[in-house]
Amino acid sequence: MAADAVAARTRLPLAAAILLAIGAAIMLTPLLWTLALSFKANSALIGNSGAALGPPWTLENYGAILGNGQTMRWLLNSMIVSAGTTVGVLILTSLAGYGFARLEFAGRRFLFLFVLMGLAIPGQAVILSQHQLFAWANLHNSYPGLILPGLTTSFGVFFMTQYMRAIPRELDEAALLDGASHWRIFTRVILPLTVPAQSTLAVFTFLGSWNDYWWPLISVTRSEMYTLTVGLAAAQMNYAQTSGLGYLMAQAMFASLPIFIVYLIFQKQIIAAMAGTALK
Amino acid sequence: MSAGAGTRRDPGYAFIAPFLLVYCLVLIMPALHGIWLSMYVVDIWGDGRFAGLANYGRLFADPVFAQSLVNTLVVTLMVVPILTAIALALALALNRAGRGAAVLRGIFFSSAVLSVTIVTLIWRFILAPDAGLLGEAAQAIGAEPLPFLSSPGLALWALAITTIWWSIGLPMLLFLAGLQQIPGDLYEAAALDRASRWRTFTSITVPALKRTTILVVMLQTAAQLQLFGQSQLLTAGGPSGASRTVVLFMNETAFGRWELGYAQAAAEVLFVIILAVTLTQYWLTGRAGEGEHGR
Repeated sequence: MAADAVAARTRLPLAAAILLAIGAAIMLTPLLWTLALSFKANSALIGNSGAALGPPWTLENYGAILGNGQTMRWLLNSMIVSAGTTVGVLILTSLAGYGFARLEFAGRRFLFLFVLMGLAIPGQAVILSQHQLFAWANLHNSYPGLILPGLTTSFGVFFMTQYMRAIPRELDEAALLDGASHWRIFTRVILPLTVPAQSTLAVFTFLGSWNDYWWPLISVTRSEMYTLTVGLAAAQMNYAQTSGLGYLMAQAMFASLPIFIVYLIFQKQIIAAMAGTALK
Repeated sequence: MSAGAGTRRDPGYAFIAPFLLVYCLVLIMPALHGIWLSMYVVDIWGDGRFAGLANYGRLFADPVFAQSLVNTLVVTLMVVPILTAIALALALALNRAGRGAAVLRGIFFSSAVLSVTIVTLIWRFILAPDAGLLGEAAQAIGAEPLPFLSSPGLALWALAITTIWWSIGLPMLLFLAGLQQIPGDLYEAAALDRASRWRTFTSITVPALKRTTILVVMLQTAAQLQLFGQSQLLTAGGPSGASRTVVLFMNETAFGRWELGYAQAAAEVLFVIILAVTLTQYWLTGRAGEGEHGR
């Protein structure tokens, strides 16, 4: 009887299924339309984007991107900045997480609260002062300048601390009695056990950094230091909106490709992790 | 080896020091400096002068700021209820095993991985009345296309529609997670009691999702209050300021006219509003938690 009830709940009413299909179409149409436009000759699209729906198709827009040093440079910048931010966050937060979760020292509770305070500070409240500070330190238009603000993640420390707290004490107490240093316990015992947490944090940090817009927009003034997000925004403004439509859409698709690949590979983890961590 | 060797007694400091250093330098110091900066009148690259609360006085008399504040609140009120309702409906429909549901979850989350630049690029050409997708569709059925990007009454809707399409994924996932945490035996007991579908929903699902709903509403509110990229890239704040948000106002004031102190004052006002939202969330979830204990 209970099994019957479960089966009833897993079958979707027809009306709901139709609504879902319409919703999915609304989600996908903009992406498919963009994809279609990216394979059309720019000349065919002038004043008539409806021409996207049929052949002829062409690869000229993608060819133009690959032959354009600037877009490739922006892609490289985005990769360096996102990878640098991700590695930096993982190192800083796992060190801090170990300190807060596994070690006793004076002021630990207070310092942890002090770090959690950062959760309440939104980016817009500090970004202008950061801009002044980085100008003073001569860090604008540089990779450190693009990476550093992304490293101050209170959430990351909180997340790693919670995760490391849940690891049984016995594991490192034995090692400690054997005279192992905390550095050794951290690298040999704790870190290997936190791989799932590390990969979760890595995916989020990477996504967030890859898509960040405001900081790179104001920190970088030289176009060769643009990230993809900012570079494409600048290209949008420069291009005559109709004459380069196919090229712009190809750039959009090209820029989204790496992140879609990350998403497809890690989809399960992303969904599980987002759901799990946000409800802690 | 060396990282643990700070002091023999308290190696904890050595582990937390690297993060704390970056945290203090790049976040806490600018946060404090921001308060000071908001009380400063800065001219173009000139040395500023201290002016106390003058920036705040000017801000509250500034119709451009007032308009951007109202726009921000209105777009938040447009986005948050619709987004929450759709996300909840999607989660209820897709909280099931099977390949179809998994694919649909992936589709509804897919737009969330795009950057704001791509999202606004796509939607600018969808919403454009002459050659856009919506315009073409309207003409195909013989209707007049709506001038989303150029009409003052519709510009905020353009931001809202784009934002909802972009950000539906995360709240859907949060609701899905909330549903997964409801113990299955509650539903089995309801089924044994021959409770109706609607009764099961209102007496089991709705109360269990209370905390998740508060979380979703507050996270989305805080996010929409900081809306920037859509406003700048989709409509450039126009027409005549009809879709300028507070953060776009900040950006224009700081990096268009280099009035950093004035822009920072706007940032502090927004900060206080967002802080109030965050504190309300803690208070409400605390109460929701108490309610669950009582059951």
